[in-house]
Amino acid sequence: MANTRSHTGRSIAAHAILLTYTLIALFPVFVIVINSFKSRRAIFAEPLMPPMPGNWDLVGYTTVLEQGDFFQYFLNSMTVTVASLFFVLLFGAMAAFALSEYRFRGNLLMGLYLALGIMIPIRLGTVAILEMMVSAGLVNTLTALVLVYTAQGLPLAVFILSEFMRTVSDDLKNAGRIDGLSEYRIFFTLVLPLVRPAMATVAVFTMIPIWNDLWFPLILAPSEETKTITLGSQVFIGQFVTNWNAVLAALSLAIVPVLVLYLIFSRQLIRGITAGAVK
Amino acid sequence: MASKRPIRWHIGVFLAPAVLVYTAIMIVPLFGTLNLSLYNLDGQNRIFVGLTNFVTLFGDPRWSDAFWNALWNNCWFFIIHMLVQNPIGILLAALLSSPRLRMAAFYRTAIFIPTILSFVIVGFVWKLILSPIWGIAPGMLDAVGLKFLFAPWLGKEEYALTTLALISVWQFVGIPMMLIYAALLSIPDDVIEAAEMDGLTGWSQFWKIKLPLILPSIGIISILTFVGNFNAFDLIYVAQGALAGPDFSTDILGTFLYRTFFGFQLQLGDPYMGSAIATAMFGIILLGVCIYLFGIQTRLRRYQF
Repeated sequence: MANTRSHTGRSIAAHAILLTYTLIALFPVFVIVINSFKSRRAIFAEPLMPPMPGNWDLVGYTTVLEQGDFFQYFLNSMTVTVASLFFVLLFGAMAAFALSEYRFRGNLLMGLYLALGIMIPIRLGTVAILEMMVSAGLVNTLTALVLVYTAQGLPLAVFILSEFMRTVSDDLKNAGRIDGLSEYRIFFTLVLPLVRPAMATVAVFTMIPIWNDLWFPLILAPSEETKTITLGSQVFIGQFVTNWNAVLAALSLAIVPVLVLYLIFSRQLIRGITAGAVK
Repeated sequence: MASKRPIRWHIGVFLAPAVLVYTAIMIVPLFGTLNLSLYNLDGQNRIFVGLTNFVTLFGDPRWSDAFWNALWNNCWFFIIHMLVQNPIGILLAALLSSPRLRMAAFYRTAIFIPTILSFVIVGFVWKLILSPIWGIAPGMLDAVGLKFLFAPWLGKEEYALTTLALISVWQFVGIPMMLIYAALLSIPDDVIEAAEMDGLTGWSQFWKIKLPLILPSIGIISILTFVGNFNAFDLIYVAQGALAGPDFSTDILGTFLYRTFFGFQLQLGDPYMGSAIATAMFGIILLGVCIYLFGIQTRLRRYQF
């Protein structure tokens, strides 16, 4: 009896701690979202009240959608994130396959060379990257951002994916070879579909920093046409700093896309991590 | 007899795109920056000055005061992360991984949500919450009778950096939690069962059995935290601006680099001193990584199952 009681006690304590921390984690997000639906006066008078008929007001959202180029910024972020993610996953998987599948001279060295980028942040090369992009005429283009993010994402992608590809059975690949499949077909039709959980893990870890990056958009592509939503909302906050409704609405809108992407990937994420991708 | 093996072109094809992009955009610019730090302007021309930029950076009071200030602030930023973020992450992961815990998926997702938010949102929200005029924090403290505890935490020199570090901890605690959680789940059941047979349960089981097994993961998290912290910029920039106020008390190496390279207000940007700062940061990160790889990682005992 004593044993079960202490077990219940412990589980209540665990829930209490986890719940407390969940509240701390979600409270600021909650504050933004509820206040974005309220009138200006209600925001100041009762910041913690949920929106209801008395204080309901969508003026923030209408301001954002009318004044800012929010749709353009959103599209830019989407383009950059999706394109970079595509190249990171494709190139990363190809390199990981070469490193994990074939024995060749320099294999280990090449693996170490590619893994170096996990430890050394790409930002330290900013000075030279900017010079290079200027001379290539790529400043203020989304291409510059895609190139930088692809390079930034590759090291971790190669590292995680090659750990994973080592677990794909050799028999399967050899059966493919006996059937006369080329090495390219083996990679694209046999191996890629099998490492999907690892691809999801890489996708989450690659996507979050790209979507949220402020540094490279600020330096490489600050023009009005190429602003990403992160940079755009930063500027928006500066311009409309007295218009709290608009700022809160802008922030709520900026949370939605990345939250949706995270929820889509998160199931695969845990499966990917626990299967030994990151150890 | 042994015919020469055919050249396996496909290996090159598989490797080429990744290696080319990575080398061109990451490695070459990195060395370009290291190289640029050895030059400076002589009137109009770029001339080779050797290590003079570093002598200026470390020794000339106009630069060195700001540099050592930024470096110390950065160290403090890192210390707070190690003391607060990682223990909380481990605690949460340990609780989450306990068997038969209900709603584990909900907690996991909710606690990870701040990590996916952008710095713009995080910086702004906390400024709103902590603002002495508008903020919610004074009102909430008032409601529980603790109003006297409130101070303008982001505006006072002595608190601002610690406050920002704690905000950063709040945002990123999900990452150590996730990685430790995964490491805890991968401990085989028979090890746990053997411990239970020996009468080890609960916290003593955690300290004596699980913690030694997840030490390598804690090591990796520490080094990732180190690299991330010494590369941080965004949170300070969105919360306090490029000047890292009040009075540079929240200036870290990232904001110092940004100000030096791109200039601010009346000061012109200086790519040469900027490169020197980037090189110094490179050295610091490399030193930290080497200390970890050779000093700590080799001493960690790994267990294979």
